[in-house]
Amino acid sequence: MPKDISTSSDKNSIQAAEYVEKPESQLKEMWATLRQNKAAVVGLFIIGMLTLIAVTVWVSELIGVQILPYDPNYSDMSKSFIWPNAEHWFGTDQLGRDMFSRILDGTKISLFVGVAAVAISLSIGVLLGSIAGYRGGRTDAFIMRVMDVMLAIPSILLAIAFMAALGKGLDKAVIAIGLVSIPEYARIVRGSILSVKENDYVQAAKVIGNGDSRIIFKHILPNIISLIVVRATLGVSSAVLDTAALGFLGLGVQPPFAEWGDMLGRARGFIFTAPYTLIFPGIAITITVLAFNLFGDGLRDALDPKSRIK
Amino acid sequence: MLRYIIKRILMLIPVLIGVSIIVFLIMRVFSPDPAPIVLGQHATQASVDAWRQANGLNDPIYLQYFNFITGAITGDLGTSYYTKAPVLKEIFSRFPATIELALLAILLASVFGILIGVISAVKKNSIFDNAGMFLALIGVSMPIFWLGILLIIFFSGTLHWLPSSGRIDPLLQPASVTGFYLIDSLISGDMYAFRDAFEHLILPASALAMYSMAIIARMTRSSMLETLQQDYIRTARAKGISEGRVIGKHALRNGLIPIVTVIGLQLGSLLGGAVLTETVFSWPGIGAYTVACILKSDFPVVQGVVLLIATVFVLVNLMVDVIYAFLDPRIKYSKKEV
Amino acid sequence: MLLEVKNLRTEFKLKRGTVTAVDDISFTIDKGEILAIVGESGSGKSVTSLSIMGLLQKPGRVAGGEINFKSQDLNKMSQKELQKIRGNQISMIFQEPMTSLNPVWRIKDQIMENIMTHMNISKKDALARTVEMLDTVGIPSPAERANDYPHQMSGGMRQRVMTAMALSCDPELLIADEPTTALDVTIQAQILELLYRMREKFNMAVLLITHDLGVVSEAADRVIVMYCGKIVEEADVKSLFAQPLHPYTVGLLKSIPQIDDESDERLYMIKGMVPNPLNMPSGCSFSDRCDSCMDRCTKEVPKLQEINGHKVRCFLYEAKEGELNVK
Repeated sequence: MPKDISTSSDKNSIQAAEYVEKPESQLKEMWATLRQNKAAVVGLFIIGMLTLIAVTVWVSELIGVQILPYDPNYSDMSKSFIWPNAEHWFGTDQLGRDMFSRILDGTKISLFVGVAAVAISLSIGVLLGSIAGYRGGRTDAFIMRVMDVMLAIPSILLAIAFMAALGKGLDKAVIAIGLVSIPEYARIVRGSILSVKENDYVQAAKVIGNGDSRIIFKHILPNIISLIVVRATLGVSSAVLDTAALGFLGLGVQPPFAEWGDMLGRARGFIFTAPYTLIFPGIAITITVLAFNLFGDGLRDALDPKSRIK
Repeated sequence: MLRYIIKRILMLIPVLIGVSIIVFLIMRVFSPDPAPIVLGQHATQASVDAWRQANGLNDPIYLQYFNFITGAITGDLGTSYYTKAPVLKEIFSRFPATIELALLAILLASVFGILIGVISAVKKNSIFDNAGMFLALIGVSMPIFWLGILLIIFFSGTLHWLPSSGRIDPLLQPASVTGFYLIDSLISGDMYAFRDAFEHLILPASALAMYSMAIIARMTRSSMLETLQQDYIRTARAKGISEGRVIGKHALRNGLIPIVTVIGLQLGSLLGGAVLTETVFSWPGIGAYTVACILKSDFPVVQGVVLLIATVFVLVNLMVDVIYAFLDPRIKYSKKEV
Repeated sequence: MLLEVKNLRTEFKLKRGTVTAVDDISFTIDKGEILAIVGESGSGKSVTSLSIMGLLQKPGRVAGGEINFKSQDLNKMSQKELQKIRGNQISMIFQEPMTSLNPVWRIKDQIMENIMTHMNISKKDALARTVEMLDTVGIPSPAERANDYPHQMSGGMRQRVMTAMALSCDPELLIADEPTTALDVTIQAQILELLYRMREKFNMAVLLITHDLGVVSEAADRVIVMYCGKIVEEADVKSLFAQPLHPYTVGLLKSIPQIDDESDERLYMIKGMVPNPLNMPSGCSFSDRCDSCMDRCTKEVPKLQEINGHKVRCFLYEAKEGELNVK
């Protein structure tokens, strides 16, 4: 607490302002460390490539130009189960659709669901965590007990239950996956807020008359942003996994759209006759998840001063 | 300690009430009417009404919840919409299969995870470390169900070494005593059945274990790296004891303390992973069954299963805290600390 | 002669270059002698002790020289052979009593482990010896306290436990690395007293590593002053305090507060800071902080000169006809 409010408030507000500037340099420093981490750079590169594929496919569909080798949803039963060859690099599926085109097409759904779900859990989680951490008392106890309860149910089961209530479909999968990861963000944000809340610069901001929401958004969140960025990056990888799991169980994106998990679920019956139909979609999921994990781990290491010395 | 445990068990009650409310909200308030799903789309309005009445679905929602809770307290979780069997019976006929699978998986995950983590930490930056951590990275990046599929393609399809689905050859099924086939077959002294049950377990347990193994390996590595930096490790070395003893007796004993928490959390997440693993391997456990029940809107079963899984999850956490106190003499759970 | 360190060089290979933490130092310790090595942190005194114990961790390594313990070069021994000596003939106590004991082991188990590693005795006898050692180092009701975990004891008690452990196999040489630094002043005196008593009782030699000249004056027979990995002065404790030669030693002595000093003068401080080991001044490594720095000091490295057992590494002095003269 400031010892002498009347004389030191100006000085404190300057200190508070200085502190808000810090995150920028914090991010800069993270980036510098990150660039030296080969694995993280590889992860970032793959994420860039995947994004490029997703955006290109999406834009080309919008303007009606086909840049994929085949229409990913065009089925020709006479061409079903063609093993991978020069014409169909990844072979064709049970309906004679080109697997290579479908897998490229699936990139946009996985990335979209991954990012959108994280956006949901992030915004709600940060909001709830901020309120809980900042308000404390009963509000805190109530919010965090609800989070505990959600954590006591396996997230995939909870997501399935949400899907059953909401119905099948892409948008609902996004919501279900987004909802189940809220507790993780809420916990991180609450914990961090509790630890920075008592800092002088926050107290100073309070003293000079900043409102609660202003203090949270202007003074507290910028200081824990790097933590949230790391969590969100790793969150995308688990959201991609969850999307695939829902798709695999037949709850996600509905046909004919290409989604990797859904492709695996529908090809399951051909596991011994056409195993290649089950190989490539899995590789696509793994590479995507791997990329976000590599990048997220790199971010975390860059953030952690202990590992920086290494 | 006993007081602490009792207190923790009492604290389970609000969590379970919370879980039941959430499930109730999702399944009964937000979900579509189960009647057409259970009775079929061509059911008459009269039969739908009668069915809803019979299952208490026409009561106000708070009354439905009250009935559910009072039933649950007396051990009556209702009956399945489809089989008409008591939910508890439905659950307990399938639960041992899942527990057997999950326990073997957590065993595999712990043993190999700790082994890889310790080697990686001790041989930091060596080829072992890099290989171990790469494997762990793949482990956390691979969908469980896809790993299951790969295992089936390779070990069942290509090599014909292991069965790809089910729990045991139906002809060998042992008389049910515990519901755990490995134990039951041993009780009846049927080594063929034991072997067959074990062979059926290997692939699904491995698939289920992979993710947890990766997490445990990563945590063990970082925990051990930190422990090996501690002053008391230097003291141990200064005593002139062998490096193996320094790592095994001094470092591991300390480094394992945080790992216990991770293993406990993983046991919880294994129950989630079981949903997918059981689907891939047609494993007759609670996971695949629950998915089916959610999709069929079999509310009473879903409520019961989720409640049960949450109970297991919370109890495992309690167990972890108790083990923690045994591993770390600095922790004493006093009355105040709860 | 019990221990002879000859031209010891210890290096740390870092990404940004190699740091020579211990640079060509030589000294000896006799049976029953207390030799103190004094220096600031970074002077290489702790690295010296870890080099002797063979406990240097990567990226550190002994790059040259000999460490002859009872005429055997420890530096040439395998880890297996060293293990037989560590904790047995040479043992060590560390600076941080709070963290140097394993938190999840009872203290009796930690001491018994040391005893049973080196002595061929039964568990029962090892326990008896453990209790006896705890009693010797002044732990009240040792039989009960033996069952304690480290966190149940105070820092001073833990350092006594460390000492009991180090002495449990009758070592011939005890290396005490800042044994009192982390402790309260009254406890410091008790631990020093204890070391002194143990030396008498077991006739062992002690290598006392410290930055505290007060500790040195109380406990040591002979003193080595180290600066930036080099020995800058060596003398018996009386000569050193009566007639310090090296400007660094002089500075250190002047910066000790005197209780009976009634003048208003500010306490002396050596100017500047210990140089970055990757960026040492040329010539004498103390030249950039020295009040008596001459031209020559920044160009040449002075040699260690010896007169009448008093050694000093400084251009201010010139050995001539058996006497050290100020130039």
